[in-house]
Amino acid sequence: MNVQTKDSEQDHGYPDTTVGKPILESDIKVAARDVSVFYGEKQAIKSVSLDVAANEVTAFIGPSGCGKSTFLRALNRMNDTIDICRVTGDIRLDGEDVYDRKVDVVQLRARVGMVFQKPNPFPKSIFENVAYGPRIHGLVSHKSELEEIVHSSLERAGLLNEVKDRLDTPGTGLSGGQQQRLCIARAIAVSPEVILMDEPCSALDPIATAKIEELIDELRANYTIVIVTHSMQQAARVSQRTAFFHLGNLVEMGDTETIFTNPEHRLTQGYITGRFG
Amino acid sequence: MTDQTAPPTQTNPAMDRMKASLARRYAAEKRFQSYGIIAIILALSMLVTLFATIIGTGYTAFVQHTVHLDVTLFPQDIDPEGNRDPEVLARADYQSAVNDALYSLFPEATGRSARRDVRALVSSGANFVIRDMVLDNPELVGQRVSVRVPLATEFDQVLKGNIDPAVDLGVIRERSTDIPWTLPPGERLISEGQADYMQQLVRQGEIDASFNRWFFTNGDSRQPELAGIWGAAVGSFFTLLVTLSLSFPIGVAAAVYLEEFAPKNRWTDIIEVNINNLAAVPSIVFGLLGLAVFLQFFGMPRSAPVVGGLVLTLMTLPTIIIASRAALKSVPPSIREAALGVGASKLQCIFHHVLPLAMPGMLTGTIIGMAQALGETAPLLMIGMVAFVVDIPGSPMDPSTVLPVQIYLWSDSPERGFTERTSAAIMCLLGFLIFMNAAAVLLRKRFERKW
Repeated sequence: MNVQTKDSEQDHGYPDTTVGKPILESDIKVAARDVSVFYGEKQAIKSVSLDVAANEVTAFIGPSGCGKSTFLRALNRMNDTIDICRVTGDIRLDGEDVYDRKVDVVQLRARVGMVFQKPNPFPKSIFENVAYGPRIHGLVSHKSELEEIVHSSLERAGLLNEVKDRLDTPGTGLSGGQQQRLCIARAIAVSPEVILMDEPCSALDPIATAKIEELIDELRANYTIVIVTHSMQQAARVSQRTAFFHLGNLVEMGDTETIFTNPEHRLTQGYITGRFG
Repeated sequence: MTDQTAPPTQTNPAMDRMKASLARRYAAEKRFQSYGIIAIILALSMLVTLFATIIGTGYTAFVQHTVHLDVTLFPQDIDPEGNRDPEVLARADYQSAVNDALYSLFPEATGRSARRDVRALVSSGANFVIRDMVLDNPELVGQRVSVRVPLATEFDQVLKGNIDPAVDLGVIRERSTDIPWTLPPGERLISEGQADYMQQLVRQGEIDASFNRWFFTNGDSRQPELAGIWGAAVGSFFTLLVTLSLSFPIGVAAAVYLEEFAPKNRWTDIIEVNINNLAAVPSIVFGLLGLAVFLQFFGMPRSAPVVGGLVLTLMTLPTIIIASRAALKSVPPSIREAALGVGASKLQCIFHHVLPLAMPGMLTGTIIGMAQALGETAPLLMIGMVAFVVDIPGSPMDPSTVLPVQIYLWSDSPERGFTERTSAAIMCLLGFLIFMNAAAVLLRKRFERKW
């Protein structure tokens, strides 16, 4: 992470503590208040507060190293695996503090699934890839039930028609876009409430990207989706709300349309018009 | 046209200098290449010499000359009570039956010394060959059986051409007494009379060179013609069994803990440094440790493969731990993230995904460690596995030796028969090692995955 603490002292014209535009209380799925993330001494996220609405796609945009991925990973505690990483502040999922000592991280990650930048299917069969989550969480008692979950997950990920004849072939043998959809199928197989996507299309070609974007739009009906993206067009296409991060600060958050057509902040305007970033 | 527009290269001093340095660079490259080729040729020629020497000395050990005898097994000598009790059969006197068969081949040898010469023609273990036949099939008692018994080692070696008959023997093959005896009669390995008997047997076609099965089925022996590697091979097998069953689980568990669970602090750093240091400790030190701890303190049996296995476990553990940690490290973090992302616990992530992917690397390291253990001699000398053991060990608690120690023991013996067996045993050991290393390579190739 290329974050320099010094920068907060420079005048960017925004306060160190930033809050996204408030949304209706009843719609809130994930609420973050005063969240800071530190890697050792370095502060990667500086006291960010924002709300993620249920059944919406929220996009995090910003230049490289602005902390958007770090913030995303804080939401399902994937940062726990990094020894030197420390999170302060308050992140609530349905009003429940996810960093509470009583919260089981395994259960949390089942509720908040994740899709990564690089497609990372297990080097096992397509079936096993999707079946793994339900199996370890004990969601199924019969083989038929498991097959049903696998089929419906692949179906919802828009992959079933392409792979239904070869479910026992390795997932690593699929094309990049198919692998990423397999990863999405794997994530939704455990029936999460929130799906975090960390630049899910950055390793894909435009056609595969279009398919994934279409899929994200369909998934919105059942899941809350947070997506980190480098492509502003993508954010504009798939998201309902957009948050713009810069050097660990949340600069601005609002309806995607507003952010892209009438940003409040000049930094946001500079970024979306391509003047920097 | 280019001549006119492009400036002549000679006038560009930078170009000139570059050209000169280019030549130097190419020369250096050539030189380096030739050093490499010379080194490879040297190494290869050494290897060829090594193999040529070993195979050249050792291949004759796979053949043993035998003499054909018709042995009459009189029941009154062997089993006077007639109930074919294995105890009685095992302790019966077969030597006189062998002697009688030999005397009948040479009726002209009647004097005491002539008969002694005749008896010395065959291995002094010939009676054991017959005993084993009878124990396998008690019906043979009372019959006249036709057997092939090994020739005594001196005659065997002469027939193989390993001992020059002109130097210390009379003449065995077609030639007769015209070859001068260079040693006085008392120092000759073979007396003139024996030389005649041998000639007679060769002419009659009673002597045969056949595959030396005793080398592969017997334990050690004072008689080279009966000495075999089976006892040492079984000892090696038991030792490696103990080593594998201890060092693999302990090594993998230690590697998993250190790599995945241990906090990164000063203590784990110290442990890591010490594991790396242990890999470089001379193996005899482990032998001393085994002597002090397992034999003196715990009072475990001497010369037993179980102790050898424990000592070799200590020796191979660092190798296995280091290889296993490297294998764990090479599993891409994306797989761990994927598993954690769907809600696998850390343990599930490791046991379901990381370990299976790291297993080929771990197995490779383990096989290399085992090959190292198979070839190890020094630490086993310290715990008494250097003993002369004739019996084939039946369990890891029985006294036994191992292949490399057997080689060491035989290489100390002056008889020509042991010299060839030393080389033959080395060939067998090398065969096992090549097999194990090939298995490691195959395993790596077979399970190499791309992600």
